[in-house]
Amino acid sequence: MTQISRRTFGLFAGAGAASLALPLYARAQGKPKVVIIGGGAGGATAARYIAKDAGDAIDVTLIEANATYTTCFFSNLYLGGYRTFESITHSYDKLASNYGITVVNGYAQTIDREAKTVTMADGSKVDYDRLIVAPGIDLIWDSVPGYSEEAAEVMPHSWKAGPQTKLLKAKLDAIENGQQIVMVAPPNPYRCPPGPYERVSMFAHVLKEKGFTDSKITIIDPKSKFSKQALFQEGWDKHYPGMIEWYGPDVHGGIASVDPASGQVETDLDTFQGDLVNVIPAQKAGMIAASAGLANESGFCAIDPYSMRSRVDDNVFVIGDACIAGDMPKSGFSANSQAKVAAMAVRGDLIGSKVFPAKYSNTCWSLIESNDGVKVGAQYAATDEKIASTSKFISQTGEDSGVRQETYEESVGWYKGITTDIFGA
Amino acid sequence: MAETGTQTKNRRTVGDHRLNRRVPAWHRPISIFALAFLCALATLTTPSLAEQPADAERGQKLYRACKACHEIGVDARNGVGPHLDGLFGRTAGSIENFKYSSVMRIRGGAGLEWTQETLDAYLEKPRAFVGGTRMSYRGMKKQQDRDDLIAYLREASDRDPAAHPDIPKPAHPEIGAEAMALTGDPDYGEYLSSECVTCHQLSGRADGIPSIIGWPKAAFIRALFDYKTNVRSHQVMQNMTANLGNEEIAALAAYFGSIDPQ
Repeated sequence: MTQISRRTFGLFAGAGAASLALPLYARAQGKPKVVIIGGGAGGATAARYIAKDAGDAIDVTLIEANATYTTCFFSNLYLGGYRTFESITHSYDKLASNYGITVVNGYAQTIDREAKTVTMADGSKVDYDRLIVAPGIDLIWDSVPGYSEEAAEVMPHSWKAGPQTKLLKAKLDAIENGQQIVMVAPPNPYRCPPGPYERVSMFAHVLKEKGFTDSKITIIDPKSKFSKQALFQEGWDKHYPGMIEWYGPDVHGGIASVDPASGQVETDLDTFQGDLVNVIPAQKAGMIAASAGLANESGFCAIDPYSMRSRVDDNVFVIGDACIAGDMPKSGFSANSQAKVAAMAVRGDLIGSKVFPAKYSNTCWSLIESNDGVKVGAQYAATDEKIASTSKFISQTGEDSGVRQETYEESVGWYKGITTDIFGA
Repeated sequence: MAETGTQTKNRRTVGDHRLNRRVPAWHRPISIFALAFLCALATLTTPSLAEQPADAERGQKLYRACKACHEIGVDARNGVGPHLDGLFGRTAGSIENFKYSSVMRIRGGAGLEWTQETLDAYLEKPRAFVGGTRMSYRGMKKQQDRDDLIAYLREASDRDPAAHPDIPKPAHPEIGAEAMALTGDPDYGEYLSSECVTCHQLSGRADGIPSIIGWPKAAFIRALFDYKTNVRSHQVMQNMTANLGNEEIAALAAYFGSIDPQ
C-alpha cells in the first residue's frame, strides 16, 4: 500500500476529515472498529483515550495476552523492597466496565493487512478499520552468545515485568554476604535507558541493608556511556562506596559469551563469575510487528512523526517501545504520550473529530537510594524527519537531599497518575 | 573470579566519568519559595527553639509557605485554597463555594472541626490526616513551627473577617495579561491536558504531585507563567511550559478550572 505522507493526507483532510471517515461508515454498516494489540502503557492508554473521547461512535477492542499487567516502570522498586508486586500490577477491569472497551485476553498471532484482520492464537479473527500495534519489545536472545530463553530461567533478564521480575527478586534475596552479582547491560536502543542502572542501585540497596559488604556488583556494558551516568556514579560513590564496578567496552573489550551452568560471563579481558547474573540482551519490536511487515531492518517500526501512523500502512499505527520514535526514549511515559497522539489521529480518521498538532513529552525518574530520586525529561515536536526534542532537562549532580526526596515523592505521584491515565478510574 | 586483575585498568577508566560529568545548561534561578525558605531558616537559627511559647510573629513568616494558595485577613478570598478567616471552630470543607475534595467534605460532615489539635495534626502530615486532600503541602515537621504558625493563624483569622470571599482575586497586572484577556477554549484545553494528566490526577488527588483542578483562572495562569519565566523552579514544569503560548495556557486554565474534584 502506498504511503500517504502527512502533507498528502492534509490534502484529503483539507476537504474535511469526514471525507475519509464516511466511506467507512458506509462500508462497515455500523460503528468503525479499532483494534489495539498490546495492553501496556501505550496500548491501554490508546484504547482508553479513543473510547473516552469517541463515546459510542467507535468500537474499541484491546487484545492482551496477560490477564493483568505488571508495569516495568517501578519494577526495580519492587526489587529494592520499596513496592509490593501487587502494587505494580494492574487489572483491565475498569477499561471494560467504565469505558466499554472489549478486552480480549489472548495472543494475537498474525495480522493480515490486506484483509484488515488480526488472527488470534486460538484461530479466531478480529476485524479492524484501524489497528494500533503496541507489542512492546522482544528480546534478541542470541545477541549475547550462550544466552537463550531457557538460560533466562537461570540468568534472568527481567526486562519484561512479570514472572521474570519475581525470579530476579528471589535470586537477589537469596544472595549471601560475599557472593557476587554481575549484570550484562543491553546495547542501544533498548527499553528504559536508565533502567539497568536504577536496577543496580536497587541491588546495592538490598546488599547494603543486609550489611553484605563483601558482595560486589559488576556491570559489563556494551555501551561506552549510559543514561544519567554522572548522577548514578555520584550516587553510587555516595551510598555504596566500592560496591559497584562499571566496565565499558574499552575495559572489557567485548562480551564473548555467558554460561548459565557455571554463572560465568566471558569478555575479551577476563571471565567474570556471578552468583546472580542478570543478562539484559539486545531488543527489537514485539514479534507481531516484524511478522506483519511493519518493522524495518533495525528491528523497530518506522512511523509518521505527526500521527504515529506506520510508514508502511495507513490503517496501522505503531506506538511505544516497538516504534522508532526519533529522540524519544523507549519508556512507559513515552508510550503513554504517543498513544494520545495516535488515539487522536484514529478518531480523526474514523469519525472526523478534530486533529490537533501532535505534542509529545517524557520524564524518566530513577531511584538511587531511599529518598534519592533523579529525573531526566524532554518535550518533543514532530518534524518531517522524526520526533525531535525541543527542550530537555536533567537532575543536577550535587543537589541537596531535600530536592532528591521531592523528586522521589514526585515519582511516586507520577506512578499513581500515569497508571490511572493508562488503566482508568 | 578475576576482578582484582581488572582493578587497575578499571580505576583509570571508571574515574574518567568524573571529568565528563555533565553540567546541564540549566539556569536555575532562586525561587520565591527558596527565598521564603531561607528567610524562615534565618529565624530558625535562634537558640533553644523547642518548647518555647508559641510565637505568632515567627508564625507569620512561616505562613509565607501558605500564601501562594491561601488568603487571610481583610479582603481574603478563596483562591487555589479556601480563605482562612474564621478558621478556628470552622467545620472542615464547609465554605460553600470552594471546590473541596469529597474527602474533606465527608470529614467535615463527620464532624471534623479546625482546632489547635486538628490543625496541628493536619499541618504535620496533610495527606496522612486527610487522605485524598487536594492540598499539595507536604507537611511541617517541627512542633515549634506548627505552634508558631497556628498562633499566627489564630490571631490573623479573627482580626478582619473576609467581606467578599467569592469575588475572584484580581490578576497580577504584569503576569500573563494576554492569556488572562483570552477566553480559553476548554475543548482545546482538554486535548492539551492529556500531557498534564500523566502526572496530575483528574480526580484532584495530590499523591506527591499537586492537584491542579478547580483553580481560579488567574492563579492557574500565574503559576504556568511563573514556571515559563523560571520564577518558579521545577524542571518538569519549566520544560512543560516552555513551549506553551497564551492561547494554550488560557485553554488549560479553562479546562482544569472547570473540573470538579471527586
